[in-house]
Amino acid sequence: MITWRLLSSARGVAITTLVILVATVLVPALHLLTPSNSALHIPAHVMALFGKYLCFAMLALSIDLIWGFCGILSLGHGAFFALGGYGMGMYLMRQIGTRGVYGNAELPDFMVFLNWNELPWYWYGFDQFWFAALMVLLVPGLLAFLFGLLAFRSRVSGVYLSIITQALTFALMLAFFRNDMGFGGNNGLTDFKDILGFNLQSGSTRAALFAVSCLALAASLLTCLFITRSRLGTVMTAIRDAESRTRFLGYRVEAFKLFAFTLSACIAGLAGALYVPQVGIINPSEFAPANSIEAVIWAAIGGRGTLFGPIIGAIVVNFGKSWFTSVLPDIWLFALGGLFLAVTLFLPQGLAGLFKMRARKPVVPPIPAAQPEAAE
Amino acid sequence: MRNPTPALRAIAAFFWLISLACAAHASDLASALKGLDTSKFPEKEKAIAAIVASGDPRVADILTALGDGKLLIRKSDRRVVIGDGDGQSKISDAATGEDLGQISEGEFDKIAINNKIRRQIKAIIGSLTLFAADPITRLKAAEEIFRSRDQAAFEPLQEALGKESDAAVRRAMEQALAGLILTSDAADKERIAAIETVKSKGGQDATALLAEIAHGEDRVAQAAREALAWLERSRVWWDALQNAVYGLSLGSVLLLAAIGLAITFGVMGVINMAHGEMVMIGAYVTFIVQEIIRNSAPGLFDYSLLIALPLAFFLTGTVGVGIERSVIRFLYGRPLETLLATWGLSLILQQAVRSIFGPTNREVGTPSWMSGSFQIGEISLTVNRIVIILFALAVFLCLLLAMRYTRFGLQMRAVTQNREMAGAMGINTARIDALTFGLGSGIAGIAGVALSQIDNVSPNLGQSYIIDSFMVVVFGGVGNLWGTLVAAMTLGIANKFLEPLAGAVLGKILVLIFIILFIQKRPRGLFALRGRAVEA
Repeated sequence: MITWRLLSSARGVAITTLVILVATVLVPALHLLTPSNSALHIPAHVMALFGKYLCFAMLALSIDLIWGFCGILSLGHGAFFALGGYGMGMYLMRQIGTRGVYGNAELPDFMVFLNWNELPWYWYGFDQFWFAALMVLLVPGLLAFLFGLLAFRSRVSGVYLSIITQALTFALMLAFFRNDMGFGGNNGLTDFKDILGFNLQSGSTRAALFAVSCLALAASLLTCLFITRSRLGTVMTAIRDAESRTRFLGYRVEAFKLFAFTLSACIAGLAGALYVPQVGIINPSEFAPANSIEAVIWAAIGGRGTLFGPIIGAIVVNFGKSWFTSVLPDIWLFALGGLFLAVTLFLPQGLAGLFKMRARKPVVPPIPAAQPEAAE
Repeated sequence: MRNPTPALRAIAAFFWLISLACAAHASDLASALKGLDTSKFPEKEKAIAAIVASGDPRVADILTALGDGKLLIRKSDRRVVIGDGDGQSKISDAATGEDLGQISEGEFDKIAINNKIRRQIKAIIGSLTLFAADPITRLKAAEEIFRSRDQAAFEPLQEALGKESDAAVRRAMEQALAGLILTSDAADKERIAAIETVKSKGGQDATALLAEIAHGEDRVAQAAREALAWLERSRVWWDALQNAVYGLSLGSVLLLAAIGLAITFGVMGVINMAHGEMVMIGAYVTFIVQEIIRNSAPGLFDYSLLIALPLAFFLTGTVGVGIERSVIRFLYGRPLETLLATWGLSLILQQAVRSIFGPTNREVGTPSWMSGSFQIGEISLTVNRIVIILFALAVFLCLLLAMRYTRFGLQMRAVTQNREMAGAMGINTARIDALTFGLGSGIAGIAGVALSQIDNVSPNLGQSYIIDSFMVVVFGGVGNLWGTLVAAMTLGIANKFLEPLAGAVLGKILVLIFIILFIQKRPRGLFALRGRAVEA
């Protein structure tokens, strides 16, 4: 049965990867090559919208890696996403150069506005793309490493871990709201002009960003599949199902958890970095604890522990959100709240579980509850 | 103004004495007003004296208007009127206050005054309030003199001091007098004695006054510097005390918000993310109760909070039991899923309240017995903060006693310590769970009643407390109410002491970081429950 589940998971991943790769080629092609009055034409704003969904899908995937396979429920993954986003935002700010309102070649507008005379040291290097790209992975990864090192070593687990990850993102949100932090305060970073010399508003740049998001998502998906199907992944699953037993068997549980947590934060950071140029703004509200919890529900709705499920979940929920908030704005929170309830009560395996039940009649037993020991 | 001419003092005292002497047999105010209709200033001075002598309660109004250039003479009947501005203005009779309608420019003459009369008026008005019947007005007048250091007020102040019977007002007057002596050219000995009195007043005004004369090398300046240093030292202590009281106030708010959460988390291991929304519902219950009282029985308004308390408790308690029966009991043993499901519930509840009551803040009034503030030394306390501190402690005490001495409390503690064993002993754990959840939610509801007094009642009310409440529970440790109390007060006071040092936001960040690090050291909080069922 486990073999079947692995196979079905792998099959789901394979199909999802295929769909993503097709979209990588097809969507930009339809945007660039068809005339704007054609029925097949995909307008730029739709492509940007779906590009955004792809970034959210990566965030959901990163949560699935730790929650679905390692039993770590992080309610602060939005923090890593936003840190990645700020890394990219800083690069894009430096690219504005003299085109800002104050025309200062060195300082972003908000620093000129605050009467700062020189760039803070932590902004150094962000005018280079390679440096920013490195930081986008390193900063969230390093934070996750330090946080995880402390938390997992002292065996903070279950809801306690969830709550302190929430505290982490809340503290970061408060910090980034401060003007003296040097990240633009509550306005955040915006008014970006171009990336690597290409105009961010042009259709081809947007198409390229979309394609890169697709590829990044596919690459993260395959990486996660590779990890979860390796021996390392087997130990992770063992930790999820029986942490104490795995420890007694001689595995260093905290090392495995730390690895998964750090990798997951890097994926979330990459997602944030791709998100910012497509949305055009990053501000401290991305750190809001509510955002992180919402991201968890994408993973839950899609089906945790399946890797491809969270991707579907993120895209479906966000599509629904865009649709609801434009058509029936009052209903959206009811719908989202209802989803939380329905999924936890009736659909513990999410949408992916639904497909599986349809496909084969003998119902697969539900994934055992994460960390039964945590339920004191 | 530091060296007023003796003549000016004499004039002020003179008018003052006249006004006292003549107050008994009040002469006709109207005829005194007629005397102002002249172009000669000495005549006007006499007329002003006559107005004061009339002892009429409107004297202060009339003289204020005269000083502001708003006392006019209507050309048609030479009647003295008070206008409300330049050009076309609304007027009222100066003697009676009767409304006389509009008047346009050109229909009146302004009564002109010179600087001498202006000073005369100012001194009279200042001293008039010094003799007011209301002690609070007298106190304010004395404090005003301390601030303005108007030497013209010297004689009336001495006069008033001789008659004053209220101890607090007497003190204020003595301090004001000392302030005047200090800024006058009195002998050094007198001024040094005055410094002592000013020092005993304390506060910003006294510091400002002392700082002004602390320059120079003479004995007075030296004494002033010593007094300043003393004030500075005492200020540090007062500030610390003030922060401690504010911290206790914040801590009691945190305690109210977190204590229900601590119970549900402690007994059931359930993280209730909808807890903040229970607080919000409690606040809205207060709003509804007040609306009904406003519309049907305004006399009961002072009791609105007392009426709202049981209603909020039972309403949110019932909602809590409903949530437990319909959602949470299906998720036992899956704490992370419970967390998500209750988060979903909180979104639904928020949106429901937003749909019914609208997204804007609702106004909740403060009963008269909770409004106002009082002063202890140099710290001022608002009554509602004190009431909330006492209320939080009362709720805590009730809960502690209920846990200790009631059958339900006993069963609850048994389930907390070892669920299986409690069940084996015949305790209906499912029933205890439902009741515990109801109790936790009900306490959130009464917390909402209290918080409606100090926070905006909006659908987002609960959201702003949920993270802080979690921090309190995690910091304090579960299954022990004392842990929650200590944690709430510690975090409240720590926050308030960090605020002046690091700013409000940075202070909060530091507290959050401290908790995150603290959890690494003691993963089960300050007061961890020890027992076989508890995972080490």
